[in-house]
Amino acid sequence: MAVVAKTGNEAMAEAMRQINPDVVAAYPITPATEIVMIFAQFVADGLVDTNYIPVESEHSAMSACVGAATTGARVMTGTSSQGLALMYEILPIASGLRLPIIMCDVNRAISAPINIHCDHSDTMAARDFGWIQIFSENAQEAYDNLLQAVRIAEDPRVLLPTMVTTDGFIISHGMERMEMLEDAQVKEYVGEKKPAYSILDLENPKTIGALDFTDYYFEHKMPLVQAMKDSKQVILEVGRDFGNKFGREYGFFEKYKMDDAELVMVALGSTCGTAKVAIDELREQGIKAGLLKIRVFRPFAAEEIAKELAGKKAVAVMDRSDSYNTQGGPVFTEVRSALYGTSNAPKMINYIYGLGGRDINVPQLKSVFTDLSKIDKMPEINYLGVRE
Amino acid sequence: MSKLMGWKELPPCDQLKASTAEEFETGDWRLGEKPVWHPETCIQCLICWISCPDSAITVKDQKMTGIDLKHCKGCGICARECPTKSKSITMERDK
Repeated sequence: MAVVAKTGNEAMAEAMRQINPDVVAAYPITPATEIVMIFAQFVADGLVDTNYIPVESEHSAMSACVGAATTGARVMTGTSSQGLALMYEILPIASGLRLPIIMCDVNRAISAPINIHCDHSDTMAARDFGWIQIFSENAQEAYDNLLQAVRIAEDPRVLLPTMVTTDGFIISHGMERMEMLEDAQVKEYVGEKKPAYSILDLENPKTIGALDFTDYYFEHKMPLVQAMKDSKQVILEVGRDFGNKFGREYGFFEKYKMDDAELVMVALGSTCGTAKVAIDELREQGIKAGLLKIRVFRPFAAEEIAKELAGKKAVAVMDRSDSYNTQGGPVFTEVRSALYGTSNAPKMINYIYGLGGRDINVPQLKSVFTDLSKIDKMPEINYLGVRE
Repeated sequence: MSKLMGWKELPPCDQLKASTAEEFETGDWRLGEKPVWHPETCIQCLICWISCPDSAITVKDQKMTGIDLKHCKGCGICARECPTKSKSITMERDK
């Protein structure tokens, strides 16, 4: 194990090099460009055995990934924002055909106005396409999550495409200290892919992705429902195993000073690092603040999250995107829904913040906890850090 | 139609056996005209076979043997592409 200084993009590219996928098809887009650019250099330098397919758009990138994955190949790609949006048509084909494609997804705002900075609106719009979604707080987690994603996605109980996200520029371009595993350790960890099928198996010709009418479409979507349910157990197993092997354990979420916390923040991604600093400062003043950092957004660990939040005095759910639905952001609606009908549910409000990369800082996050101490006077949905 | 399967009975990953299109008789779709083969003038060039979008030209031992009307949609490409002067495939009234 080596301690290195890497940006989030470099960390993901290095993880891809160590995973050594059979096929990568990708198209550049800020701020994810570096991931596939650095990886293309690895291909050119002969450091990987990957067949790299440069394509003319993200729609083609995901289409090429789907085609390659049906042959049984281990397939990866990377994108962001409008690029992810251009893939939307193909994303549910990957999950519907149960192809465990792995994507590095750098969270970036969706146009218009055009913007290249971080928010979660691109990834959240893809939340109902049957992909597993794992959020990272920093470069280390991006690296660790990407390695685990291979094991999760390819597990025979799962077979679901998986996206691992970082926050645009904040993680993707921010250099941090992190620990990298040895190449041989990763090779052994991810192992050889054992595909469920290959269309190149000429002894057993088959039809993939045939037309279903009203009589079978519903039945063909049900295994996807089941796989998403079953993936929860696999995600926990893989996270525990990663901890046993390499010392960093992962679950659906991370609890920070939650045990005796009365005022709780729920957040995803890089904001959680800032929130931990805010919480440390509040704790020095005797305020019982805590953080529930959601790592896995799809599948959504509703029961487990409800259990952690039960009995808390007040909860602020932080959304770095809006659903434009008049009842809160996507994380808020999920968390609140998870608590519906449970006993001892806390009072809960929503903050939509950081759109288009708007900075979120320690004083702002501390002000959220101040709001929580007088939650009865707060509106349900709040926009944090915007000028009126 | 056989009994409809439940989702737990389906093969995994939306896989089906190969050539399921064979079981779907698209010959029902023909409107008015059907191709008729005239073997006496046929030169066995197989242009009809390679042009047919529905694999409805039957071939055995590299020779054309007829037209599969269960699957032919009656598009007429075979008749149009047939290079013989007298047209070895013609479109005729489909009763």
